[in-house]
Amino acid sequence: MTGHLLSVRDLRVGFGKVPEDNEVVHGVDFDLTAGETLAIVGESGSGKSVTAMSVNRLIGYSGGRILGGSMMFTRSDGTQVDLAALDEPALEKIRGRDIGMIFQEPMTSLNPVLTIGTQIEESFRLHHGMSGAGARVAAREALERVRIPDAERRLANAPHQLSGGMLQRVMIAIALAAQPRLLIADEPTTALDVTIQAQIMGLLAEMKRETDTGLIFITHDIGLVAGLADRIMVMQHGKVVEQGAIDAVLDDPQHDYTKHLLNAVPHFSDGKSVRRDHSRDGKSGRALDVKGLTVRFPVRAGLLRRARSNVHAVEDVSFDLMQGETLAVVGESGSGKSTTARAILGLVNATRGEITADKTGLGSADKPVQMVFQNPNASLNPRLTIAQILAEPLKAVGRHIDEAARARMVELLERVELPADSLPRYPHEFSGGQRQRLCIARSLMLNPSVLVLDEAVSALDVSVQARVLDLLADLQREFGLAYLFVSHDMAVVERIAHRIAVLYAGQIVEMGSAASVLADPRHSYTKRLISAVPSIERRHMEFAIDTRSVPSLMRPAGFEPDTAPWVEHGPDHLARAEG
Amino acid sequence: MLRTIFKHPSGRIGLTIIGIFVLAALLGKLGITPHDPLMQDRLARLQGPSAQHLFGTDLFGRDVFSRLMMGIGQSFVVAFFSVAAASLFGTVLGLTAAWFGGFWDGTVMRLMDVLLAFPAILLALLIIAIFGPSGWTSVLAIAIVYTPIFTRVVRGPALSLKTRDFVDAARTFGSGRGYIMTRHLMLNLVAPLSVQITLALAWALLTEAGLSFLGLGTQPPYASLGLMLADARNLMEMAPWLLFFPAATVMFAVLGFNLLGDAMRDILDPKTRRALG
Repeated sequence: MTGHLLSVRDLRVGFGKVPEDNEVVHGVDFDLTAGETLAIVGESGSGKSVTAMSVNRLIGYSGGRILGGSMMFTRSDGTQVDLAALDEPALEKIRGRDIGMIFQEPMTSLNPVLTIGTQIEESFRLHHGMSGAGARVAAREALERVRIPDAERRLANAPHQLSGGMLQRVMIAIALAAQPRLLIADEPTTALDVTIQAQIMGLLAEMKRETDTGLIFITHDIGLVAGLADRIMVMQHGKVVEQGAIDAVLDDPQHDYTKHLLNAVPHFSDGKSVRRDHSRDGKSGRALDVKGLTVRFPVRAGLLRRARSNVHAVEDVSFDLMQGETLAVVGESGSGKSTTARAILGLVNATRGEITADKTGLGSADKPVQMVFQNPNASLNPRLTIAQILAEPLKAVGRHIDEAARARMVELLERVELPADSLPRYPHEFSGGQRQRLCIARSLMLNPSVLVLDEAVSALDVSVQARVLDLLADLQREFGLAYLFVSHDMAVVERIAHRIAVLYAGQIVEMGSAASVLADPRHSYTKRLISAVPSIERRHMEFAIDTRSVPSLMRPAGFEPDTAPWVEHGPDHLARAEG
Repeated sequence: MLRTIFKHPSGRIGLTIIGIFVLAALLGKLGITPHDPLMQDRLARLQGPSAQHLFGTDLFGRDVFSRLMMGIGQSFVVAFFSVAAASLFGTVLGLTAAWFGGFWDGTVMRLMDVLLAFPAILLALLIIAIFGPSGWTSVLAIAIVYTPIFTRVVRGPALSLKTRDFVDAARTFGSGRGYIMTRHLMLNLVAPLSVQITLALAWALLTEAGLSFLGLGTQPPYASLGLMLADARNLMEMAPWLLFFPAATVMFAVLGFNLLGDAMRDILDPKTRRALG
C-alpha cells in the first residue's frame, strides 16, 4: 500500500455512444500525496479536464465513461477506495466532503437566486451537520478566510452583487468548508483579470501552506502554476507526455511537446523582448488620430426614464497611431478598453471626441478601420460559407463579387495560411485558430489602414496564439497596417506592441513606447498590473494578496471629472501625476 | 432537399405520411375521387367498409373515402394558407420589433400579448362571428391566432442574435440594415422557424377541425376533417368507422408534420447536416 492520497493507474476515458471507439484519455498514471500540488498542463483537447473530472466522477454527467484503470483514494479514516469502481451513492458521500472542486466560471457555478451565505452554509450543513446560527458563524469565518472584506454583509448578497474575483473566492470558501482531502481546480482563474488572478493564486498558495489538502490544478498556462505547483504533468492528445517535479520539468524539459509549450508561452520579461521593427521617425504617416474620446452611458431611472447619472466608461482618451505601428491598449475588465475600440469603429456612440482615420491608404477609402473580435466562434455567422463571409465586406460597400474579388479571397486565404479550398466550407469545420485567421482575412478584404484587434488572441491556445501573433506581425510589415491591439495579457502585449497605453477606470494613466513602459512603469496601476503577471522566471516570488478593486464609474449627471496632468518620464513616456 | 430529408430517419416517416396526405389532398381538391363525395345514395346508407366503399358510407350514403379526400384537401388548404400568413406576419413583426426595439417593440409585443390572452378557439370564434363562417374566414381566424406565436418565436432569438459579434462585425463593414436582417438574422432563424411552421401546421389542422366541428368552419355539404367528425359523433355506436377514419387522419397528419419538423431542425443546422451525409 502506498502512502499516496490519490493514485491513478492506467485511466482511460471515452465519450459517445460507443466510448471504446472514441477514447480521449489513453492510460494516465499519476500519484498525489497529501499537501502536494499537481499541475496538469495542456492545450484544449488534451484531456486535462477530462482526467480531473474523472477523479470525482463528474465526467459521467458530461457524457463520458471510464473504460478502465483504477483511482485509489485514501479517505480521512485511512481506508482506501477505488473511485473508478464506486457507485453513485458512495460517490455522493465523497464529493464535496473528501474531494472539492472549483470551476472555471464562478458566475455560472453559483446559484443566482440564493444568497452567498445560504450557499456556503449548505456546505457546512451537509458535511459537518451544523445548523442555524452555528452554520451562519462558520460561513462568515469561511468568507473571512478567503479575505472577503465586510463578510457579515456579503453573506446576505446574491451572486450578481459580487465581482468575478469575489465569486471565485466564495467558490473556494465553499470548497474548503468541508475540509476536503483533495481539491480540484479546473482553470479557476482563466475567466478573471490578471490582478484578480494574482489574488486567487495567492489565496491558493496560502491554503496550501496552512492545510494538507492535495490540489490538482488544471491550466493551459504553464507560467501561471510555476509558482504554486510541486509537480507538473504535461498532457497532449489524451496522453501524459511528461511529468515530474516542477523545477526539473521547467528547467530541463525532456519531451518535445513540453519544450514546444514552454517556447510558445509568451514569456514576460519586463520589456526586454519588445519589437523594435518600427520607430517614430516621422517617415510614416499617421493612420489614426483620436482626440478627447469620451463615452458615457446614461443610467435611466424614475417614471420619465430621465438620465439621473452616467457611467463614465471612457474619459478623455487621446492617442495617435502611425502606419506600421502597434499600439497596445491594456487594462482590466471595466477599464474601458473595449469601449474605446468599439467607439472607434462606431459600434457605440461617442459622447465627445474626434476620430480621424487615414483614408489615403491603398483602397482603404471605403472603410479605413476594421476590427477583429475576441471570440472567433461568435464573430462568424455559422450559417454562411467562407466565401459568403469573405464577400460580405465587399457587398457592404456596394462592390460586386466578380473574378477579381474571388481571386482576392483566395489570395487572402493563402496569406493567412488556410487551405484554398476553404471557400465552400462552413465556419464550424475549422479550429479556433483557423477561425481567427478567417476573421483576420475578412477584415483585410477592404484593404484597411487600421486594424482594431479586440483581445484577438485571448481565446486561443498558447501555441496557436503564438502563430497568430507571428502572422499579425508579418501582415503588418507586408501591408503597413496600423494595429490597435486591445488586451489584458501583458506577456502577449510585450510580444506585439510598439507602444502601450494603459487604461484605468476609463482614462489613459500611462502611455509610451513599449520598452519604456514595461521596463520602467511609473503609474501605480501600471506597476500593479505588471507585478501581477505570472511567469516561469518569476516563480519563486511571493504572491501578495491585494484586494483593492476598481472604483465605481457611476457619476451624477453633468459631472465633469478632473484629469490629473501628464508627467513626462523620458522620450515617448508619459504618466498621469498621482496625488 | 427532399433527398436529404429522406435520409433522416424521422424525416423519412414524416415525409412519407405528409406526401400521401398531400397527394390525397390534391386529388380531393381536383375532384379525382373514387365516388362523387357529394352524391347521396339513400340505398347504401351507413354501410361498413367494403370493396365498394373502402371506408364505408355515411348517413346519406356518401362514400367516406371520397369525402375524406375532399376533407383532407379542404383542411390542408386552410392549414397551409393560415400558417403561411401567420409565419409571414409573425416574422416581419418579430424581426422589426427585435431590431428597432423601443416604442415599436413595446407596441407590437403588447398587442401580441393581448391576442395571446384569449384562448385560441375563442379568438377564432370572435373573428368568425364578425365575418361569418366559411373556409376563408377560418384561414383568417387561424392566421391571427397563430401570428403572436411566430412573433415571439422570432423576436427572442433575433434579440440575442442582434448582439452577437458577427452582427457587430457586419456593422463595422458598413453592411446595411436590410442585409443584416436577412443574412445574419433570418438565416439563423430558419431552423426555429421551420420547426415552428411544421408544428403550427399540425395545430392549424386541429384548430380547423375544431372550428368545423363547432359548425363554424367549412359548411355542409362540403367536407372537412372536423365537419366529418362532428357528423360522426351522433352515430358513434352505430357506425364507428365514420369517426375512426377522419380521427386517424388527423392523428397521422399531426404526427407527420411533427416528425418532419424534427428532421428539418437537424437538416437546416450546418453542424448536423454533414453528419447526416
